[in-house]
Amino acid sequence: MLYSPAPLHIPDGFLNVAVSIICWVITVITLGVAISKTNKSLGERQVPLMGVMAAFIFAAQMINYPVLGGTSGHLLGGALAAITLGPWAGVLVMTAVITVQGLLFQDGGLLAMGANILNMGLLTAGVGYGLYRSVLGKSRKTQLVVAGIAAWLSVMAGALATSLQLWLSGTSDLRLVIPAMLSVHALIGLGEAAVTVAALGFIFRTRPDLLDEKSASAQGSRGWVVAGILITLAVVLLSPFASADPDGLERVAINIGFINNSQSAPFELIPDYAIPFLGETSISTIAAGAVGVLVVLAVAFLVGRSLQQKRAN
Amino acid sequence: MHADAFDRYHDKESFIHRLDPRVKTIVTVVFIVSNALLPDGAWLAFVLAWVFLLSVNLLSKLGLIYTFKRSFVALPFALVAITVLVSIPGNPVASFRFLMWDFTITDAGLLRFVSILIRSWLSVQMAIMLVAVTRFPDLIHALEHLRVPAILTTIIAFLYRYLFVLVDEVYRLLRARESRSAAASGQRSGGSVLWRAKVAGNMAGQLFLRSYERSDRIYNAMLSRGYVGHLYTLNPHEMKSSDYLVTAFAIVLIFVMQIIGRL
Amino acid sequence: MPIIHQTQKFSTPDCEGDVLQVRDLHFSYPDGHAALHGVSLRLCSGDKVALVGPNGAGKSTLMLHLNGILDGHGEVEVRGQRLTRDNLPAIRAMVGLVFQNPDDQLFSPTVFEDVAFGPLHMGLPEAEVRARVDMALEAVRMSSYKDRLSHHLSVGEKKRIAIATVLSMNPSLLILDEPSAGLDPRARRTLINLLRELPITMLVSTHDMKLVQELFPRTIVMDEGLVVADGLTMEILENEDLLTAHGLEKP
Repeated sequence: MLYSPAPLHIPDGFLNVAVSIICWVITVITLGVAISKTNKSLGERQVPLMGVMAAFIFAAQMINYPVLGGTSGHLLGGALAAITLGPWAGVLVMTAVITVQGLLFQDGGLLAMGANILNMGLLTAGVGYGLYRSVLGKSRKTQLVVAGIAAWLSVMAGALATSLQLWLSGTSDLRLVIPAMLSVHALIGLGEAAVTVAALGFIFRTRPDLLDEKSASAQGSRGWVVAGILITLAVVLLSPFASADPDGLERVAINIGFINNSQSAPFELIPDYAIPFLGETSISTIAAGAVGVLVVLAVAFLVGRSLQQKRAN
Repeated sequence: MHADAFDRYHDKESFIHRLDPRVKTIVTVVFIVSNALLPDGAWLAFVLAWVFLLSVNLLSKLGLIYTFKRSFVALPFALVAITVLVSIPGNPVASFRFLMWDFTITDAGLLRFVSILIRSWLSVQMAIMLVAVTRFPDLIHALEHLRVPAILTTIIAFLYRYLFVLVDEVYRLLRARESRSAAASGQRSGGSVLWRAKVAGNMAGQLFLRSYERSDRIYNAMLSRGYVGHLYTLNPHEMKSSDYLVTAFAIVLIFVMQIIGRL
Repeated sequence: MPIIHQTQKFSTPDCEGDVLQVRDLHFSYPDGHAALHGVSLRLCSGDKVALVGPNGAGKSTLMLHLNGILDGHGEVEVRGQRLTRDNLPAIRAMVGLVFQNPDDQLFSPTVFEDVAFGPLHMGLPEAEVRARVDMALEAVRMSSYKDRLSHHLSVGEKKRIAIATVLSMNPSLLILDEPSAGLDPRARRTLINLLRELPITMLVSTHDMKLVQELFPRTIVMDEGLVVADGLTMEILENEDLLTAHGLEKP
């Protein structure tokens, strides 16, 4: 059986009620906007299109490729869906995919579904489409490079949000979960970027009309660029900060009242503790550094690759 | 292999199978929320929740093995919770050295960790049973009744219908890739990881276009049968008084569990 | 050697075209490819007509015009009503179009929902919709399949349900695109028997010349966007020059 659960699908039991509900509220509000936007701007043609494209994303997640020692990578697809179908349609398509994965395959929980949709549908569409939208009309090479970076960041944004939700639920320790999730997903994100770029390249070659200025893909407003940049900033700034200074993040959470809120929840949130680390800050600093290096490597690699292809052409 | 293996419905004649899909959806969600609300170490309540699951399982004639076998799907995710073992202060239970760090597992950490696993294990079994006793199209109807917007339920219905068609297409693509990825004797098969990801990307692109064109043909088929932008459905489900009774009874039971868990 | 396209006259049955009249239909796709170059034909009540010709002859394009999915130059008249933008819904209820791939035709999760789709979108009341579904499934001998899931059906079963999805709209004209393609011999036989029994005017595009010989008294041959022959099937199948010129084979 090719179907394998993806690491970002949070099952039930791992998030507390407060965090689950906050995520549900964010998700429901965004979906409400997405539905009213799609009802207004999309033709009757879009209903079967979004339906079949949801099945496409689901099926495309099964195209695995061998990575290392028997493990395999596969697509998440949030950025690809938003780029090819336009952001709002992409959000709805990913929502349907995550719902079916949770309901039918128990891949991701039901109470946790709000968080899963937020992490894998909304954030991925926001950063994936937002960055791509900023280079709309530029050369095809630029678009592909940016789409690759956007796809990588979409996975990182999802991983970061997942880590934060697990931390706020008292399920994971911040100074371990952030470096662990982000470094694993920095690698998974490379696969996501490669598959997304190759798939878009294929569409550019065979049906350029689906991605040109008149397509649904170009209809998203400029506001998405802002959303994309904000999410990018959050990933780029928050990850090293959280890795290097988790206590700082906790202070922020206390200041905005998040942690006090959650303390009334059945779980007791992480109190002030001291992990019996020998090298107190070394692990987080190393991890933050590693993530930073990986970001640079990924960008350099993608740019180099695109230049290489240019020469080949 | 045929994609039929994805269907989770377990065809049996039972009282639970005959319940309105809304009842099953609501009770499942309430049960899962209740699990999340139970405090750490509410062992008696956890046992009662498990007995509740077993009773539903027996009533629906699924067989204990059916849900048990599949109840560990969420287990790999336990890895993210493992940090609580050492991060919550409490009386030390055991300590070990990993690379250059010393870790101490505390009793409070252990309590939290085991509680998280139990909550997850119970919730996942309830979700497994929901789709085992409810046909997926009926579940979509339940969502419609429960005021999930029509555009979403429609996309989900299309996704469910074409999932099987497209997954079959993926299998064909993968088989075609397999039959062509031979290795010369003594050589390792297949280039770099990135090259392989690119092959996967090309397959995804191809699948995208085929799906896109299919949606065109489906649209034509819908137009031919009178579709002009609004979708109408007939919903065959009606709540009977027994459905209301079962819902109320189940929720009272779950509520009692919650009180016992907090005593 | 260029093929001279001129409709060959055969002794056609006397027909005014009370079910369908197509007059001088032209159509080019947006990419400039011209698919129809002035097609005219008539169908009368009770006709069972085969539409044959090589791939790319324009058969499918023609079919998509008959219920207004494509809109070319020329006239299409169904039961005396000229097809316009305003009466599209009415025409679509009268012309039942069954697509080649039943996976495109059956887009709902369950058989019932698919067969009910047409009547529901015609605005019929619920009781009538249910009656229509039962009637249509009975007509294709699939009554027991009402609650089945579409993706669990075999290809042959899917084809029959696909026909039921338009029969439920009670059409005056049934149009089928390649109904026997991809069927094993037994499923093909079941389908042939079904088409023979259905008391309805039909136009069937096919490459299956045995099916043509067995089932359809009248045949229309198309090639390169034109009707090149229209007449009794027995006469057309005897004309080997015509068949060879248009890439067809005698069964």
